[in-house]
Amino acid sequence: MSALYTAVIQPFVDYGFMSKALLGCLLLSLSSAPLGVLLMLRQMSLMGDAMAHAVLPGVAVGFILGGASLPLMSLGGFTAGIIIAVLVGLATRSTILKEDANLAAFYLMALSLGVLLISLKGNTVDLMHLLFGSVLAVDTAALLLMGGVSTFTLLAFALFYRGLLAEAFDPVFLRSVCKGAGLFHLLFLILVVVNLVASFQALGTLMAVGLMMLPAVAARFWTQGFAGMVFTAASIAICASTAGLLISYYINVPTGPAIILSAGSLYILSMLFGRFGSIRARYFPFKHLNQ
Amino acid sequence: MSLIFDSLTAGYDRHPAVHHLSGTLQDNSLTALIGPNGGGKSTLLKAITGLLKPLSGQIQHTKKCRIGYLPQVAEIDRSFPMSVYDTVLLGYWPVCGIWGGINAAQRHEALHALEKVGMDSFAHRPVSALSSGQFQRVLFARLMVQNADILLLDEPFAAIDSRTTADLLQVVLEWHKNGKTVVAVLHDLPQARLHFPEALLLARDCIAWDKTALVMTEDNLKKADNLARQWHDHGEICAA
Repeated sequence: MSALYTAVIQPFVDYGFMSKALLGCLLLSLSSAPLGVLLMLRQMSLMGDAMAHAVLPGVAVGFILGGASLPLMSLGGFTAGIIIAVLVGLATRSTILKEDANLAAFYLMALSLGVLLISLKGNTVDLMHLLFGSVLAVDTAALLLMGGVSTFTLLAFALFYRGLLAEAFDPVFLRSVCKGAGLFHLLFLILVVVNLVASFQALGTLMAVGLMMLPAVAARFWTQGFAGMVFTAASIAICASTAGLLISYYINVPTGPAIILSAGSLYILSMLFGRFGSIRARYFPFKHLNQ
Repeated sequence: MSLIFDSLTAGYDRHPAVHHLSGTLQDNSLTALIGPNGGGKSTLLKAITGLLKPLSGQIQHTKKCRIGYLPQVAEIDRSFPMSVYDTVLLGYWPVCGIWGGINAAQRHEALHALEKVGMDSFAHRPVSALSSGQFQRVLFARLMVQNADILLLDEPFAAIDSRTTADLLQVVLEWHKNGKTVVAVLHDLPQARLHFPEALLLARDCIAWDKTALVMTEDNLKKADNLARQWHDHGEICAA
């Protein structure tokens, strides 16, 4: 027992940077889970990835104006993400292209613009930091941002749960009974953007999506209800964060990728052995019922 | 509660699918909306529901009314983790909105609606467990609790077996008896003749809109068919 404590708990007690990193990951896990599940169910799993790129030019502008200042970079990232989301929405409504095509076009431009802007002032080390994050450098300001975003997301989700879910399930029906149905989609996109911005400090813009999507797609294999999926996804995200932090602590590898790969392993395990729709359920089903 | 169409033209990318439709959808009428594919039937329903803005002309409501719209089946993703019961409860959106609670009477009514379409034993199953015919029954139950004044059904009996069709047709006739206005897109002409007092034959232009027997004449149907053969991509700018 005490060996387990030394191995698993002690690092977080002894080192402030470890406990801060863990707290940050817990906050992100809680708010990213419902968003990831909704993205997956709307068949927009890759959309999170695209949005994560889209915040980069804003982060870069913040970086140019204020150096590695978290508030400026976050504000920039948030602004850029919302602008791209709104532009994509407008382009989808008023042109022939579907949402995924417009998103692809806009995020590619945004990513290039971001890299170009950073190279104007910074160097490759800065770029690597922004793209891949540094979870062990999470400070109190970053924690406050994550806590704020997490609280805001969960509150918004609780308040608009019915609308967010109905809009994802049957958008045509919702539009036929509710004039502002499109606003739920916009709210959803905003929540995705603020969460990506909050997590870019820890995981970087490229991997922020990992903590959102991998637990969500893994959770799909364990339950058939939406609420259950969200809880499962949050639990998987928390387990993966803790495991990733410990792995990076013991064998000295970068923390962001360690967390994402931990979540990835849980996804593979779920895909193999999950309760619903997994490889196990497909090839080794339980005995069938009589009706 | 009647709807008045004033030279309504609706369509996509300048091409009208419904072309200068004028007329009145009477209160408590039961209308079969018939015509060839591409003749604007779905477009008309979308325009009435407000999902599609008319290219020109307008739809006037004599007073505020609630519209219930049943699109063609293919438009909902049934792998979504939603239970049959919750799907029916969504029908209360017009009265409950996003925050309103659903009371015991409403819950009871929702179960009763499921019972009427023969789906009460499936209430707590996920919609992914249903066949398309069973899902259509559930959507009818949702329309029941939605309690709209005007019901617009887009091919409600397409790809559905005869027993389900008969059951759901009973529901439609009951709506009519209870004072609702119903418009259903149908391809089964004998069915329309038998059960629907009024018919609207649409082939982009309105061919006829009257008592069903007067609409479904050999001449009218042939006219619609001939029009459908002539449709092509290079319309002139409409002078009207």
